[in-house]
Amino acid sequence: MPVTLRLPTVLARNAGGQTVHEAKGTTVGDVVADVAARFPELGPRLRDAKGDPYPYVIFYLNDEDIRFQEGFATRVADGAEIVVVPAIAGG
Amino acid sequence: MPIGRSAAELPRLSNEEILRYSRHLIIPEVGVEGQRRLKDARILMVGAGGLGSPIGLYLAAAGVGRLGIVEADVVDETNLQRQVLHGTKDVGRKKVESARDRIGDLNPNVEVVAHEAWLTSENALEIIGQYDLVVDGTDNFATRYLVNDACILLRKPNVYGSIFRFEGQATVFCTDDGPCYRCLYPEPPPPGLVPSCAEGGVLGILPGLVGVVQATEAVKLVTGVGEPLVGRLLLVEAARMEFRTVRLRKDPSCPACGTREIKALIDYQQFCGIRGDEDDVTGIPAITVTELAARRRRGDDLDLVDVREPHEWDIGRIEGARLAPLSRFAESLRTFDSARDTVLYCKVGGRSAKAVKQLQDAGFRKVWNLAGGIIKWSEEIDPNVPRY
Repeated sequence: MPVTLRLPTVLARNAGGQTVHEAKGTTVGDVVADVAARFPELGPRLRDAKGDPYPYVIFYLNDEDIRFQEGFATRVADGAEIVVVPAIAGG
Repeated sequence: MPIGRSAAELPRLSNEEILRYSRHLIIPEVGVEGQRRLKDARILMVGAGGLGSPIGLYLAAAGVGRLGIVEADVVDETNLQRQVLHGTKDVGRKKVESARDRIGDLNPNVEVVAHEAWLTSENALEIIGQYDLVVDGTDNFATRYLVNDACILLRKPNVYGSIFRFEGQATVFCTDDGPCYRCLYPEPPPPGLVPSCAEGGVLGILPGLVGVVQATEAVKLVTGVGEPLVGRLLLVEAARMEFRTVRLRKDPSCPACGTREIKALIDYQQFCGIRGDEDDVTGIPAITVTELAARRRRGDDLDLVDVREPHEWDIGRIEGARLAPLSRFAESLRTFDSARDTVLYCKVGGRSAKAVKQLQDAGFRKVWNLAGGIIKWSEEIDPNVPRY
């Protein structure tokens, strides 16, 4: 069973207009790479040139912050859900 | 645990207040003591805009005794699609005055304290220090970090909400044991990466959804009712109408609430990388709307190019222009003729400056940015072009 990556609408335009993507991978980083490979414009919005997460784009694996696990090396199980939460500031 | 004084010290309710708040008083969890706590509460709203509108209306209706409002803006037409605290008759008025009138009508028992200023590192501690808690309805990263750090330094809870297009976030930061804004976002995004609501738009109802969550949390903190939204980040997605809560953790290495190495407010504009003008147009050749109008009247051969997105083009355009959106500008480069004078425009001049730079980098020399964009054109040359 694939993993689901949920993007905010602000990033959907870099991902074919879709917010929900099914992807494959054994770690959060693999899943991000899988989706980024399909949408070249999306990759730089999710991770920096070294492939690390930005401090203003947070990844939640099954509602838990991956920074308090093993970051992009955090292992994902089949059926897991990754939610991307970028900083927004509108009011 | 409620915020504020012991029950014996709380102000009493008048018979008029007992009648007005009867639907609160008959909830056992709120009761007379909860309502007296609301009457005793001093809450500061930072911003009286999209989020501040429902926050102000509901906190006033709920009977918060003192409501401070920090806001230096005036009401304009583009606010009315979501800022329900202000009405059509208020366009051009100061938002703090419009808010004071509306709240006074809604509940004359509320003391509105207008702080007609932008919150800055110079005034934040003095203003926030007068209140029990803060509700953050600002619209930029610099003020959000400022509110956070001031709340940490003063040990005041910060009820946070932010919105963009169809999405919102809400939580309660800066409680004694909970995380703060810097635990969630240690650093802001670079300027220009995340569009503001003015640039990117926002569904008018969304601040209603998120602001009401903030007002709810403020009332809960004051009365001590329920479980506050501490250590949990509520994500609202209106397009799919999904609400999700993710776990927020306090970061022991956070310089604000963890190690507490931040002992004073800093320059938040600098922290957020803002140079004073988010759109760097330095050194980009520009043409004024008056000059462009004169050249068009003379019949000069000009390639006038609109670099906005197609949905903005649909709102209105300068006659005779063609569309080449900045988001796909690389694909359009072959449509440009380096021998022709070329003028690029966008909404206010920021994106077209980037497009001019791209053309310069590609070897173009006869290319200018329209200063002030289509908005300036509408204001000074052709009022038939709609402003938005």
